[in-house]
Amino acid sequence: MGSTESLSPAQGLPLTGSTVPPPLRHHSEIDRTRLPPFLVRLNDAAKSKVLTLQEYFILAGKSLRFIFARPFYAQDVIQQMDEIGVKSLGIVLLTGLFTGMVLALQSSVQLKTFGATMYIGNLVSASMIRELGPVLAGLMVAGRVGSGIAAQLGSMRVTEQIDALNTLGTDPIKKLVTPRVLAALIMLPVLTVINDFVGIIGGNIIASLVVGLPSSQYWRTVWDQTANGGFVLHYIPNDFIMGIMKPFVFGGIISITACYFGLGTTGGTEGVGQATTKTVVTSSILILIIDYFITQLLLSVLTYG
Amino acid sequence: MADKTPPKVADPAEQDRRDGDRRAGEPSSEGRKSASVRQAIRSELEGDDPAGGETDSPRHRGPDAPPVVEMNHVSLSFDHPILEDISLKAMEGETIVLVGESGTGKSTALKLILRLLVPDSGRVLIDGDDITNLSFEEALDARQKMGMVFQGAALFDSMSVFENIAYPLREHTKMGDDEITERVREKLQFVDLEPDRVMEQMPAELSGGMRKRVGIARGMANNPQIMLYDEPTSGLDPLTTGTITRLIMKLQRELGVTSVVVSHDIRSAFRMASKVALLHDRRITFFGTPEEMTASEDKYIQDFLGGL
Repeated sequence: MGSTESLSPAQGLPLTGSTVPPPLRHHSEIDRTRLPPFLVRLNDAAKSKVLTLQEYFILAGKSLRFIFARPFYAQDVIQQMDEIGVKSLGIVLLTGLFTGMVLALQSSVQLKTFGATMYIGNLVSASMIRELGPVLAGLMVAGRVGSGIAAQLGSMRVTEQIDALNTLGTDPIKKLVTPRVLAALIMLPVLTVINDFVGIIGGNIIASLVVGLPSSQYWRTVWDQTANGGFVLHYIPNDFIMGIMKPFVFGGIISITACYFGLGTTGGTEGVGQATTKTVVTSSILILIIDYFITQLLLSVLTYG
Repeated sequence: MADKTPPKVADPAEQDRRDGDRRAGEPSSEGRKSASVRQAIRSELEGDDPAGGETDSPRHRGPDAPPVVEMNHVSLSFDHPILEDISLKAMEGETIVLVGESGTGKSTALKLILRLLVPDSGRVLIDGDDITNLSFEEALDARQKMGMVFQGAALFDSMSVFENIAYPLREHTKMGDDEITERVREKLQFVDLEPDRVMEQMPAELSGGMRKRVGIARGMANNPQIMLYDEPTSGLDPLTTGTITRLIMKLQRELGVTSVVVSHDIRSAFRMASKVALLHDRRITFFGTPEEMTASEDKYIQDFLGGL
């Protein structure tokens, strides 16, 4: 198992062992004296970035591979599903409801100018299922769960509990990272579906109360919109594919980012705070950027309309 | 500790009376005298523990058996060198105490033995087997021979005391629930804790000394051959320090465990050590019995022992 060797802390990654900060050794033997100083700095900075990225992907690879490797920590997975999924239900319900409501409200104003308020359902369902549902659920979970994971693993790192796990013969990635990643991969799509549904109901409430659109008309346009997007295998609407793919990817991003920064914590309690901040910022930005590229990809792969 | 020389008092005997066994580093002419004083203190300290600290192991192995823990010219550096050319041996049943100023890489040496770190050069041997080149998974297995007690105990705070001690058993043995419960009780009793009182408590509810003891119980749950202690007595009051020190000696005496202790508490170090290794300036500058150490005329060693 060659790849695991590169995870040994002495060779760079603080994930599996020491509390000593990751060293940047093994500089290639360029003749530094002949380079201008800014180039040397640029070289070092670029290397550390690449190293970070490499470690991130190694962690991602290991944690995903361990899903299928013994021993299974089923209890930890269930506990994390509760932590990530069930306990995030409240904030996801609230964000979903109000996003759907405000979408209906805003579009009613806009559509009124064309006399097309009957199409509110189309707008709300398309926006919620394809875009806002996954992204908002992702951002909320990144804030609530990502920060929690990073803080927990970070304090375990600084109080030597990660070293203790290693010493007691447990791979911390298998015991701590894999259950969190697996739970997030499962629960984020679930949360997103709930978010979408509640958002569309929120749109329904505003459409009937403020605009005076009958519920039957609203739900017909919601379905029309979904059906018009086309189907995969004749039964699964394209919108659903897009709406499920995204949270699946976001779940991975949130959990792996949080575990990466959490396990990499150095420098005591202050380090824990920094790890938490970095997790929320990085995973939120990654969600927004990757959302664009998934959309681009799926729009070209799935045949819309 | 070493650079802080206590204020000179006119009459050294007077200071002795006031400070118990605290003495400044003396010039070599008086070194001998103070050594004998320390000797006396040491035997007095062991008085409460008649069997003494360095009883030889009851285990039976050939005289030419390999050392249980051996570091062979080990060097390690991160951004800057941390350890250079470290060699030490712990024979079966011995207690090696690694002393030195803070920040000299004592804990790093323990991590090398546990293979939480890999040395840049040199070899670490456990029971004669080279663990330097093990893969990550093999290293997890190799660590089964060792029990580690961390400085802050490093108990898993999401688990109860019982779950903490049962953890290594659940992970690595096929013991049933009853057996595990029995083993946990046995270990808790060994460290002088009442199983019924503490088993269901969470680590956050325990005092520092109790956490250390639970940490020791967890470390020894698997009946390891080697125990490693990182600053077992730091941050504890003198009485608790004594309790923990006696506990480490009891472990060695009754179970014949080989121990490596990292400490800067020279007093408790001398009580339990069969050999003392002094880490100074990234190297081991002294390796020998406590008696040899007190008899040494080296200026740094005498300064270091100034605290005794």
